Amino acid sequence: MFRSLAVPEFLAKIDQVKCIRCKRCIQNCGWSVYSWGGDKVLIDTFKCVKCLRCYHYCPEEAITIEDNPVKYRSNANWGFYQIRNIKKQAETGGIPLTGMGSDMPYPVLFDNLLIDACQVTNPSIDPLREPMELRTYLGKKPAKLEFEKVAGGKPKLKTKMPPQIKLEMPFIFAPMSYGSISLNAQKTLAIAAKELGIVMNTGEGGLHEDIYPYRSNIIVQVASGRFGVNPDYLNAGVAVEIKIGQGAKPGIGGHLPGEKIPLDIAKTRMIPVGTDAISPAPQHDIYSIEDLRQLIFAIKEATNYTKPVSVKIAAVHNVAAIASGIVRAGADIVYIDGFRGGTGAAPVIIRDHLGIPIEYALAAVDERLRQEGIRNEASIIAAGGIRSCADAAKAIALGADAVALGTSALITMGCTVCGKCYTGNCSWGITTQRPELTVRLDPEVYAERLINLIHAWSHELKEILGALGVNAIESLRGSRERLRGVGLDGQTLDLLGVKPAGR
Amino acid sequence: MLTIDAKGIYYRELNSKVRDAVSKGEKEILLKNVNGQYYIGDGLRGETTITIDGVPGNDLAAFMDGPTLIIKNNAQDNIGNTMNSGKVIIHGNAGDVLGYGMRGGKLHIRGDVGYRVGIHMKGYKKQNPVIIAGGKAGDFFGEYMAGGVLILLNLDGKKDDRPMVGDYLGTGMHGGIIFIRGDVDKKLCGAEVGITDLDNEDNKFLKEYLEDYCKDFNLKTEDIMRVGFKKLIPASLRPYGNLYAY
Ligand code: SF4
Ligand code: SF4
Repeated sequence: MFRSLAVPEFLAKIDQVKCIRCKRCIQNCGWSVYSWGGDKVLIDTFKCVKCLRCYHYCPEEAITIEDNPVKYRSNANWGFYQIRNIKKQAETGGIPLTGMGSDMPYPVLFDNLLIDACQVTNPSIDPLREPMELRTYLGKKPAKLEFEKVAGGKPKLKTKMPPQIKLEMPFIFAPMSYGSISLNAQKTLAIAAKELGIVMNTGEGGLHEDIYPYRSNIIVQVASGRFGVNPDYLNAGVAVEIKIGQGAKPGIGGHLPGEKIPLDIAKTRMIPVGTDAISPAPQHDIYSIEDLRQLIFAIKEATNYTKPVSVKIAAVHNVAAIASGIVRAGADIVYIDGFRGGTGAAPVIIRDHLGIPIEYALAAVDERLRQEGIRNEASIIAAGGIRSCADAAKAIALGADAVALGTSALITMGCTVCGKCYTGNCSWGITTQRPELTVRLDPEVYAERLINLIHAWSHELKEILGALGVNAIESLRGSRERLRGVGLDGQTLDLLGVKPAGR
Repeated sequence: MLTIDAKGIYYRELNSKVRDAVSKGEKEILLKNVNGQYYIGDGLRGETTITIDGVPGNDLAAFMDGPTLIIKNNAQDNIGNTMNSGKVIIHGNAGDVLGYGMRGGKLHIRGDVGYRVGIHMKGYKKQNPVIIAGGKAGDFFGEYMAGGVLILLNLDGKKDDRPMVGDYLGTGMHGGIIFIRGDVDKKLCGAEVGITDLDNEDNKFLKEYLEDYCKDFNLKTEDIMRVGFKKLIPASLRPYGNLYAY
């Protein structure tokens, strides 16, 4: 009898000549691919997800992980995963889950956009020797500023500024809850955020006491499950975010199964150990923009109007109208999570087929808010597939005030985007709660790598600004004139508000 | 006792007056002429008792942590949203989505309640939120309930022939207890719910809850307990355990 007709995705192989039987691979693999056979390491390749932990920890470079050459017969219509998912579903009757953002080959418009540069008629700037401003404030900006003269004739700002989040650079870490990622992963984000002068976001899993010291670099989230939300929590960070949707799973809720809820997570979420943590698909007190307004102001009342309130939505078809409603409902920040955004767990069918990519959504929202004359009323955070500083710069030129980084931050912690986060076995100690795996992720060590990444991107961003001949990120923000499209049709260019290259 | 006249004042000003008074240590506040102002008691902490004269607006006692609110009239929607502790006593009817995500404290309502009451209530450690409604309830009573206690009494059942509770009772329930006075039609319940009779332990707790309730409204526990109760509990703590393929 066969074990499963869903053939393994990968073949893990050990070169028996090179192998010194140190058993590190057995120890390191979170998915129990390896076991000890008495005289050699045995391999259960069905379990391999190609996270490459074993590869990096094998001292002899004895391990190779290949794509399984015995895949189903190639077929331009029936792809490997289509056939494999049907087999899996036939065996279980369940909904196949996945982790991380969609890996389907939908067009990535960032790759069809190019950034301008100065030549001859306008000088570029050398960011290494001239000041370059990346500081960004998120929050409502007044429509006009009023000044008064005080003694000595100096003007003083009279307009009362709404609360702002101050960022040293236009990057923030995307919401990832304790439960979806490990506490050590959250600590890594917190340490880096503090060091960099930016913010992380609790996600909807409550705020663990170990993260409290980083409160001036934290956005706390309120979602449909209301996990860990009380007046202390609302006032703990620099802002409060209402989560309506997530790019990887627009329109569906969250569900952390009971077996993934040990004591510490239960404590942080303020629920009993072992029960499912269900975040209903909708917030059942929000059926309209008016209802959203009600919750926004319930939070503002509870925080005495001292914190900006952000509303996070998934990018969907009518995103521009929805965002306009959110701004009119009183949100200080609109967080738009694009189709390619990551997740700890989502049904494949939802992740790969619902929503729209961030580039379209961002351009449409920024344009709409400008047309309606309310762009200053809220900042825009763009998320969902920012893979490099180039993507970030293009997103900012399309209208984002800042970009949120989830997957790229996890990659600095060892993640190889294997997409198996939903199993809770992450060998890198990121999306798991198994203590023997989470101890591997030393927050101090990995925060250093994350800080390096953001520093590198900041330098790159300054180089781009210098080449554009501007000295502040503010000058790039929403400046679509500095972008050109390559290989895009007229309608897409029109939607993005971008000219074709050469014009 | 501090009296604040709410006549014609916007909620923001009214609530900031209340917050000021509470932070100065005021233990008793009377709000006169309240007429639909939102967010009364929102995020408020401490031991203050606030008596509300008039009908308060939505999101009463949202995120509240400690105070007692007494409403002499009807109240509206979203009362006790994510409330942490404290008490809300409503002498009239109340609206939809009461006690959303409520983690502790009590909501005592003398009259009817609307849809989605007790949605996603949870217990946590010693915190055990309790909602008691004296009248009837709409659909989705106790939806997604994850902890705490919901009690529906139907005390004035004979007044009209509406059913005492709507459809989808306890749908998605995965924790907590619902007590219903009278019989429960299984057809009304969500798939995740089991109906049982009360044991001695249940009766003891129920009595405790009802005694406190009766004190607030001048009722007699014995009168209420003369009619039998049914207890609704989740069939599983993991209702969706088999939904996914790994
Ligand atoms: S880690 Fe490498 S050398 Fe050590 S047992 Fe595994 S395959 Fe062999
Ligand atoms: S977090 Fe871990 S499980 Fe998830 S994609 Fe990265 S390496 Fe794989």
